[in-house]
Amino acid sequence: MADNPSKVLSMHDAIARHVHDGDTVVIEGFTHLICFAAGHEIIRQGRKSLTLARLTPDLIYDQMIAAGCATKLVFSWAGNPGVGSLHAFRRATEGPSPSLALEEYSHFGMVARFSAGAARLPFWTMRDYAGTDLPRANPQIQAVTCPYTGERLATVPALNPDVTIVHAQRADAAGNTQIWGLVGVQKEAAFASQRVIVVVEELVDTAVIRADPNRTLIPGVIVSAVVVEPWGAHPSYAQGFYDRDNDFYVAWERISRDPARLAAYLDEFVLGVPDRRAYLARHSGLVERLQASRQVCAGVNYGF
Amino acid sequence: MASVAARELADGEVVFVGIGLPNLACNLARATHAPNLVLIYESGAVGATPARLPVSIGDPALVTGSLMVCGMADVFQCFLQNGRIEVGFLGGAQVDRWGNINTTVIGEYAHPKVRLPGSGGATEIAAHARRTLIVAKLDPRTFPEHVDFVTSPGHRYRGTPRSEFAMPGAGPVKVITDKGVLECDGRTGELVLAALYPGVSAATVRGGVGWPLAARTTLREIAPPTERELTLLRAVLDPNRLYLKG
Repeated sequence: MADNPSKVLSMHDAIARHVHDGDTVVIEGFTHLICFAAGHEIIRQGRKSLTLARLTPDLIYDQMIAAGCATKLVFSWAGNPGVGSLHAFRRATEGPSPSLALEEYSHFGMVARFSAGAARLPFWTMRDYAGTDLPRANPQIQAVTCPYTGERLATVPALNPDVTIVHAQRADAAGNTQIWGLVGVQKEAAFASQRVIVVVEELVDTAVIRADPNRTLIPGVIVSAVVVEPWGAHPSYAQGFYDRDNDFYVAWERISRDPARLAAYLDEFVLGVPDRRAYLARHSGLVERLQASRQVCAGVNYGF
Repeated sequence: MASVAARELADGEVVFVGIGLPNLACNLARATHAPNLVLIYESGAVGATPARLPVSIGDPALVTGSLMVCGMADVFQCFLQNGRIEVGFLGGAQVDRWGNINTTVIGEYAHPKVRLPGSGGATEIAAHARRTLIVAKLDPRTFPEHVDFVTSPGHRYRGTPRSEFAMPGAGPVKVITDKGVLECDGRTGELVLAALYPGVSAATVRGGVGWPLAARTTLREIAPPTERELTLLRAVLDPNRLYLKG
């Protein structure tokens, strides 16, 4: 008695079908639920000329930049959170001849771009950017005069990605997706996108979704594919499943600083494995080190 | 620096918290004089009570036991742009005479010598928080007369005073350094020396700043951290010395 036909695909097939050379690709997640498994599969399938967009490029985009997948980055904060730099990103953007094109906003600007995209409006207004150099660096940041108050408001254009990939704790086979913990801009990014891939820790029966509909962030009606990939966000984290692998974030400083070491990392853990299962097999002790403690909340009464 | 920053926060205020030292300062304030401080992180955690020192502003410990978790559109629109944030903490690679902050590039934007992470939420925090506090170590490279790139607005931009940009917030009111505290002069918008740590001379602070630093007529002496503050910082809040050095 499935509510809808299944959209479940393997990661390989989801990426092969929905991510194409030249696409604008968003893998969202603010520190939480960053889908490294999807980024690695995009690298393995050798996608080229991608425009990568997200607020915080994080280690996964650093790896995709190093692997040659991207020609452009749209972002608002490009660092290794809590640690330091993204060195592949820096090598591609510093010096006399940068190889990666940048389109740079602030977090609010990126949030506003996704909000406009999700609402299918051409732009979004905000009080921002006055007295800063950001509009000089990025001519996409403009201003309008409010027809009601006469106030000058900053504007940013809608961002409508070709494909958005969201990692989540659970979904049903139709893609009704529930997320708890930090939710970032995943909802806006998904609604703004032409295609949506959700990658989940757990595939659940639709009854589980229906029992707690307020927790559904992304409805199945906008989802193109569902991939079941436990630990698919590692070394990022999934609230209630596993903690961030901070040791790896710290290690990335050393790995990414040296192009040869970075290439060796990709060879061993991305290109050298066929899928996520094989990646996890090369990381022993993850469960012992990172599995989340239990802090379960009581449910609510949905009765009427 | 953490204890000086903590003392700037009044009980019950709503604070937009950055990672690192500001996070320590906010949690120190909460453990001492400001138990009702409301900590908001740009990741969406509101009223966070982190049980461990967060390693990033997206740490899962910010969610567990918080008052609310919201999306980032709500953080920037319903909290920040709505005017609900009283204090914002900012840091930066460069801070200039007018409190402008650069976290974008060292050198030319198109061909930078060093590519820094960029704004994050700092641009809008500097515009909207009712007041902002800057935390940075004193060094002439960190405090040039003009920043290479204005990421977050201070009190004067290319000769135009902040008042003409109609920004809702007051901007950076204080810069807390490791040698003294600079304050924004209400008339000119320029950062001036206002307070010194015990045993530090005004000349030492001037040596760490890339412009002729003016000073208040009377300089305050900053009280050193109390035993209780030190114990809390070293034994409870940052036992592994993630942010505390020395």
